[in-house]
Amino acid sequence: MRPFTYERVRTPSEAAAAAQRPGARFIAGGTNLLDLMKLQIEAPTHLVDVNHLGLDRIEETGEGGLRIGALVRNTDLAADARVRRDYAVLSRALLAGASGQLRNKATTAGNLLQRTRCPYFYDTAQPCNKRQPGSGCAAIGGITRQLAVIGSSDACIATHPSDMAVAMRALDAIVETIDGEGGERRIPIAEFHRLPGDTPHLDTTLRSGEFITAVTLPAPVGGRHFYRKVRDRASYAFALVSVAAIVQPDGSGRVALGGVAHRPWRVEAAEGELPRGARAAMVAILDGARPTHENAFKLRLAERTLAGVLDEARS
Amino acid sequence: MKFDTPATSNPIDQLKVVGRPTTRIEGPLKTTGRAPYAYERHDVAPNQAYGHVLGAGIGKGRVVSMETDAARAAPGVIAIVTTLDMAQLPKGKMNTAFLFGGAEIQHYHQAIAVVVAESFEQARDAAGLIRVEYARGEGRFDLTAARPQAKPVDADGKQASAEEADERVGDFEGAFARAEVTLDESYTTPDESHAMMEPHATIAAWDGGKLTIWTSTQMVAWWRRDLAITLGLKPEDVRVDSPYIGGGFGGKLFLRADAVMAALGARAAGRPVKLALARPQVANNTTHRPATIQRIRIGAGRDGRITAIAHESLSGDLPDGQPETAVSQTKLLYAGANRLIAMRLAELDLPEGNSMRAPGEAPGMMALEVAMDEMAERLGLDPVEFRILNDTQVDPSDPSRPFSQRQLIRCLREGAERFGWAQRNASPGRQRNGRWLTGLGMAAGFRNNLVVKSGARVRLGTDGMVTVETDMTDIGTGSYTIIAQTAAEMMGVGLDRVRVRLGDSDFPVSAGSGGQFGGNSSTAGVYAACVKLREAVAQRLGFNAADASFSDGEVRAGNRRVKLEEAAAAQELVAEDRIEFGDLSKRFQQSTFAGHFVEVAVDAFTGEVRVRRMLAVCAAGRILNPISARSQVIGAMTMGVGAALMEELAVDKRHGFFVNHDLAGYEVPVHADIPQQEVVFLDETDPVSSPMKAKGVGELGLCGVGAAVANAIYNATGVRVRDYPVTLDKLLEGLPDIV
Ligand SMILES: Cc1cc2nc3c(=O)[nH]c(=O)nc-3n(C[C@H](O)[C@H](O)[C@H](O)COP(=O)(O)OP(=O)(O)OC[C@H]3O[C@@H](n4cnc5c(N)ncnc54)[C@H](O)[C@@H]3O)c2cc1C
Ligand code: SF4
Repeated sequence: MRPFTYERVRTPSEAAAAAQRPGARFIAGGTNLLDLMKLQIEAPTHLVDVNHLGLDRIEETGEGGLRIGALVRNTDLAADARVRRDYAVLSRALLAGASGQLRNKATTAGNLLQRTRCPYFYDTAQPCNKRQPGSGCAAIGGITRQLAVIGSSDACIATHPSDMAVAMRALDAIVETIDGEGGERRIPIAEFHRLPGDTPHLDTTLRSGEFITAVTLPAPVGGRHFYRKVRDRASYAFALVSVAAIVQPDGSGRVALGGVAHRPWRVEAAEGELPRGARAAMVAILDGARPTHENAFKLRLAERTLAGVLDEARS
Repeated sequence: MKFDTPATSNPIDQLKVVGRPTTRIEGPLKTTGRAPYAYERHDVAPNQAYGHVLGAGIGKGRVVSMETDAARAAPGVIAIVTTLDMAQLPKGKMNTAFLFGGAEIQHYHQAIAVVVAESFEQARDAAGLIRVEYARGEGRFDLTAARPQAKPVDADGKQASAEEADERVGDFEGAFARAEVTLDESYTTPDESHAMMEPHATIAAWDGGKLTIWTSTQMVAWWRRDLAITLGLKPEDVRVDSPYIGGGFGGKLFLRADAVMAALGARAAGRPVKLALARPQVANNTTHRPATIQRIRIGAGRDGRITAIAHESLSGDLPDGQPETAVSQTKLLYAGANRLIAMRLAELDLPEGNSMRAPGEAPGMMALEVAMDEMAERLGLDPVEFRILNDTQVDPSDPSRPFSQRQLIRCLREGAERFGWAQRNASPGRQRNGRWLTGLGMAAGFRNNLVVKSGARVRLGTDGMVTVETDMTDIGTGSYTIIAQTAAEMMGVGLDRVRVRLGDSDFPVSAGSGGQFGGNSSTAGVYAACVKLREAVAQRLGFNAADASFSDGEVRAGNRRVKLEEAAAAQELVAEDRIEFGDLSKRFQQSTFAGHFVEVAVDAFTGEVRVRRMLAVCAAGRILNPISARSQVIGAMTMGVGAALMEELAVDKRHGFFVNHDLAGYEVPVHADIPQQEVVFLDETDPVSSPMKAKGVGELGLCGVGAAVANAIYNATGVRVRDYPVTLDKLLEGLPDIV
């Protein structure tokens, strides 16, 4: 861990302004950032503590949706009665992630911005384009069982590890931000996380110093909500594949996948196939997949996991 | 005391304290955080500085240069010692990899520097500022690719010609060719990490030329000797203290870099230094259980009797290393007149492979007991009955050597009965309950019982307290408690009158903790010392030692009774002895046995495996403390589930290192993976093993579990996986087509 300075801010615009300082980073729950700082994967010189901005509330929006403050803890979000009733996929996704202790600290914005779990990203003796642009990618040709099967590039085949973000993608959430000059943006979640391309060091379309104030959910869409996370042990592990699904009584619905790509993976155009079953839908959703020898099983696994979800939806 | 004839009756047989369920005497210290582990010995030496170890970033090659100016200038830095500052240090007797010194890199994360600073963060930060230039070498990182160069090794791990190394009984090839039913399959087990909770950690302090380390070791005497060798000291100038250990599983048997680097750092800094290996270094700097590729052939008649059995195992290690003796149980577990046992060892440039809980049998049973399951199916026999049919009461390669005790059949029968084995559907893949495919599996459990000489000192204080001192360690197993029970039983006092002090090299050398020999051997050493103390007490009180009985805090003979403490009222009495074992282990085969039964459910869609029930029925001599013995077995069963379903160090075969080198990437079972576990100990005493009539149990609980899980998965799904761990990707293709 490198030496750093620390400040606490009181308003979102102060936060965005403070982040203009070179080397500055926001710290929310710290459950991801501090780990990365200990390993010198991230080395901010200044931390802006955003825990005291009053952004820890969940409010109803005029459009019948919910506005989730950026600092709402994962535990509180998962337990919110409105979330459990109208957005159960989100609650389930959150509860499938990390552990109780971590969820007590982890925040909504921090969760969206958590970094990949590619093992080579964590070993500073190895080249990694995401950690050190231009150094190369040690994962390609190496241990890739956990890594992406679709949307990857020759520069990076990492996945985004968040469960929450997969549910948010299925719910068409919108990320609200403010920048150092006070400019506000509303970024649809579909445009928030990036594919790696040849700039894998950029996980999202957030601009430097831009501060997330809230995530809003549109009005509820009904249907039955599922979050199926498949992993090598029963708890406390990242997904090999996860399926967030909202299935309507007529068999139509929405599906987003975790564990397969550099961002939560959803192909709206493929969802028309859902009434025809998991195979048809997954062929369309995973069209263009480029798995490695080690992780090709994820394609079959995604299909079968969705089949299990649809089976349950029918029951 | 020499133990060379089977034990007759002795004071332990009273079982007033020994054999009773006893909670750990040091338990309250641990559950309230007052038992100081190595890194927490803040009080033992003043002015401690912090060390951080830098590991090599290549798997094989040389360090060309190290640029340390920036690190030396970093805040708080006191001293830096690099591997280029000194020639390669001599290695200890038990070490395969060199621990420090010189330019040569043998394996990834080999220690190449220690940075000492005022704070831990400063030391770690500065270590990150050291720039290292390497010349990469060609490494051999792939066991399969190294097979052609692998050499035959004998049972002791020594290289020899195949004729000398391979163990043959009868004519295996001929009998196998003639057998009516045969099996010839290969099985693989991966590299595994000990993944103990407490990483390797040491505080080192110099006093002139004398060195003290407060550390975390399973084997105090080995560390003292090997640290002295490595640093060029006299053993008597090294003191090792290790009273509490947060798990070892074999990973702390042999001197490790934490002790060497703390000592070198402290010398350079002129201050005591504390350091712990970082979690990734536990995987790549220390040792691991080596991967194996095993071939098993079994031939039997239609009657189910085995006529030919062969077990061959390939593993790899650094030059001068050891094989994983995965074949060892196959010499003894089942009958059969024609046998072949063979090991091959390949040189690899991965980190050092070495002992991990039940070395040999743990991975060996994972293969053998799946092969037995497959063979039973080919014969159309129930797997329990097939094993019982091939039981042997003598060493199959030397029928003049009986087993001292062998109750395998009872373990299997009783296990089958309790578990409801009769309900198992012998046809695989037929039990479906909603989305779950369910199945039952079983395996025999087998682990040899080793005995190791062990010493202790026992004091009867002027306050009437009995104090035991031995360098025995308690790695979470319950040594403190069984040693206290032994002394209490022998001296006829309650546990409240006994104090146990462990893990200090100033105390008599014990067996240490390893190979499931520690419990039986160390308590036998305490028994021997107590026999001497009883003699001293009897003499001082004017009793004839042979007639005196010790109970209820009194010494009695005829109608004379004297309070025990009176013997030491004027002056403390001290006795020391050790137990040494004669040739009983040659005349008798000493082993421990179990029946492992497992029920699993497999998600028919995703292939996720959930273990639902587990049972182990164990026959392992006298159980000294049913509570700590049970803890050992359920912990081992948990480890067996890990080995079966998830544990694997992923080898990057290009760069030569274990990639998943933290506890997020190296998955061990979490609570949600572990179901109801039941443990039954058969009532058994083994007078051949020691005066305690006990045997090891901590490793037995692991041996066979992995295979029982794999066999249950086969029963549930019809998919036979021969490559561990049995992860869902290996099952998917064979699951019902339900998409
Ligand atoms: C052992 C372990 C297991 C885990 N398992 C899972 C799992 O199974 N599934 C899962 O989804 N996650 C898992 N996680 C990740 C966990 O969900 C994240 O660490 C957590 O959500 C991050 O939230 P935080 O508030 O602590 O973020 P921080 O660590 O504080 O911040 C993360 C990043 O977000 C930035 N940031 C924070 N707030 C803002 C803001 N308002 N605006 C702009 N930038 C901001 C920070 O600068 C930083 O770059 C696991 C984590 C650990 C340590
Ligand atoms: S896959 Fe991406 S994160 Fe992993 S090593 Fe390659 S560039 Fe780095």
